Amino acid sequence: MKINKLEKLKNLHELTRIRIIEEEIAKEYKNQEMRCPVHLSIGQEAVPVGVSRVLTKKDYIVSTHRCHAHYIAKGGSIDALIGELYGKESGTCKGIGGSMHMYDKKVNHIASVPIVGGSIPIGVGIGYAIKINKSKQVSVIYFGDAATEEGVFFESLHFAALKKLPIIFVCEDNKYSVYTSRYERHGKRDIKKLIKSMDVKFIETKENDVEDIYKKSLIAKKHAILNGPVCIYSKTYRYLEHCGPNNDDNLEYRPKKEIEYWLKKDPIELEIKKLKKIKIFNDEEYLTFCNSIRRKFISSIIKTKNTKSLSIKKLENLEYAK
Amino acid sequence: MPNRKNSFIDAMSESLVQSMQKDKNVVILGEGVTDVKGIFNSTNAALKKFGHQRVIETPVSENALTGIQLGMSLLGKKPILMHARVDFSLLGFDQLINNASKWHYMFGGEMNVPMVIRLIIGRGWGQGPQHSQSLESVFSHFPGLKIVVPSTAKDCKGLMAASIFDKNPVVFIEHRWLHYYSSNFSKKFYKIDLNNSIDIKKRGKDLTILSSSIMLIESLKAAKILKKYDIDIEVLDLRVLRPLKLDKLYSSLKKTKKFIFVDNGWKTFGIGSEIFANILEKNIFLKNIPKRLACKDYPTPSSPHLNKGYYVTIKDICNEVCKCLSVKKNIKSKILNECEHIMSKVPHDLPDLNFKGPF
Ligand SMILES: Cc1ncc(C[n+]2csc(CCOP(=O)(O)OP(=O)(O)O)c2C)c(N)n1
Ligand SMILES: [Mg+2]
Repeated sequence: MKINKLEKLKNLHELTRIRIIEEEIAKEYKNQEMRCPVHLSIGQEAVPVGVSRVLTKKDYIVSTHRCHAHYIAKGGSIDALIGELYGKESGTCKGIGGSMHMYDKKVNHIASVPIVGGSIPIGVGIGYAIKINKSKQVSVIYFGDAATEEGVFFESLHFAALKKLPIIFVCEDNKYSVYTSRYERHGKRDIKKLIKSMDVKFIETKENDVEDIYKKSLIAKKHAILNGPVCIYSKTYRYLEHCGPNNDDNLEYRPKKEIEYWLKKDPIELEIKKLKKIKIFNDEEYLTFCNSIRRKFISSIIKTKNTKSLSIKKLENLEYAK
Repeated sequence: MPNRKNSFIDAMSESLVQSMQKDKNVVILGEGVTDVKGIFNSTNAALKKFGHQRVIETPVSENALTGIQLGMSLLGKKPILMHARVDFSLLGFDQLINNASKWHYMFGGEMNVPMVIRLIIGRGWGQGPQHSQSLESVFSHFPGLKIVVPSTAKDCKGLMAASIFDKNPVVFIEHRWLHYYSSNFSKKFYKIDLNNSIDIKKRGKDLTILSSSIMLIESLKAAKILKKYDIDIEVLDLRVLRPLKLDKLYSSLKKTKKFIFVDNGWKTFGIGSEIFANILEKNIFLKNIPKRLACKDYPTPSSPHLNKGYYVTIKDICNEVCKCLSVKKNIKSKILNECEHIMSKVPHDLPDLNFKGPF
């Protein structure tokens, strides 16, 4: 399969857009006005961008505490994301959920929840409903490497395989669960073997390579709709602390060499290099693009600070659906 | 993190180390117990002293781990399983409720299950609906479990030791904000009897407040303010919720004849409901209409704009006391002003001015 120039540029722009927004959030966070835990995706942009390129607004996604990139890549509203961080009514959950709870029915981002593994069976249920409805959609379930340790992960894969549901499981393996490395939690065993043994088609991507992830997602989507569940497995790396706006390499829970390895595999740098090779990268254009994203972000911040929060009366009315 | 001497965390850490020293069967398990932060710096000392054999890092598998802990306890181990938030322990509920709580009973009293589950209640900085639930009343419903909710460093140390050496499954629930408080405690190993539910934290004659955990601390702060205005509150700490022993409450009520309960969690089917039912059954005569102060009866919203007013404050407590005691209007407004002044010093969603997020 060939990816045309326009698509290549689009990939780079999406990666960059997410990176800039997350970086700007990290900067703003220090002003102590975004008062909720944030799990930033800086370094991990390639997976959501690659996967989202094959999804339409009608396809569903569910995800985790580290959800900003999933949301942005799915076409979620930046204003709503910022609104949620500031706890305003304009937020994805009207300020009730906070940074770990993205939701947007306009793009079928059904839910992000921060209980590890918590959204996996929900994504399976969505897949089941799609199958019953015979609609040509897929249910995408994002999760981290640690979610594969929860019982509900296996129960969910089992059911999805049994019923041959149109589901793409997407495992973003950044090797860590907070400060604990995968080796400490899994030994030398491979997540790949676990997933294969469940009869879920397994597709591993190249690390942080958005084009590769895009291509494999196309295959995955086709397979999910025709034959049943697929798992896209992608190794990647987060640059900042597990939760919060800072770099925490000073704590030395991740080997220096490992950090260097991944910095050399930065998804954006990789893409720029590729585009330069085929001579479709223009420094000036790129800079203009970056600046326009930054400007939009800043105007979104200003707008959000001036919007109101949900009224307590409305909040108190939300216990039950009426 | 707070850097005070004799902090709640110091007490926890010391209790763990001394218990492990006393009995080599005591082990710690959990996600993050060996990482650089060591569950808010409470397990680092144990790790340093006893190593990875006895402070055991685990995968994120709460359900299995609760059962694993039970299994270990059957061969004489005394495992302490830790979760950084109460909310995560819900994944282990099947093992805890269907198995651990009834194990001793349903096998004819032959087997013991000495295990502790240490849980932390989150609050503030947008923790939101899934990271700040106070579920003590849920745990307290089940026969066979002991539920411990310390409020001070001193109690934490003795209650943790007692929990570890108890022959039954104990759920030990501490509030994250207690980590910002200290109190003097003995450097020696000591236990506090789990059958002695209530501790009198302050004597008084005008009205009885019963509370636990962080709300006990808030109640004490309120009592201190009220004292300046000659209002003398008796503050009782319900530091063990199950087994529930209320004798000290009854004695107190016979003296003060006025009662307020301050809850950490939701009102409906909460701890207060159980307490009130007991008081009714004892036919204790009260001069005020007893009052429960509790969180709003809906999940915690993340936004600081929305969770202001969600939790009970010292002002709410003082206001209620003033109502119960028909305190004169001008005095009451002075008291409430003082509360507001104190509360204005730290934003409502922070435990301490040094707290800068993100967790
Ligand atoms: C059931 C449950 N247990 C523990 C936690 C605490 N916790 C929050 S994020 C996290 C690490 C998750 O790691 P992973 O799934 O690999 O995602 P990553 O943070 O690396 O993106 C943990 C243990 C939780 N939120 N839910
Ligand atoms: Mg991870």
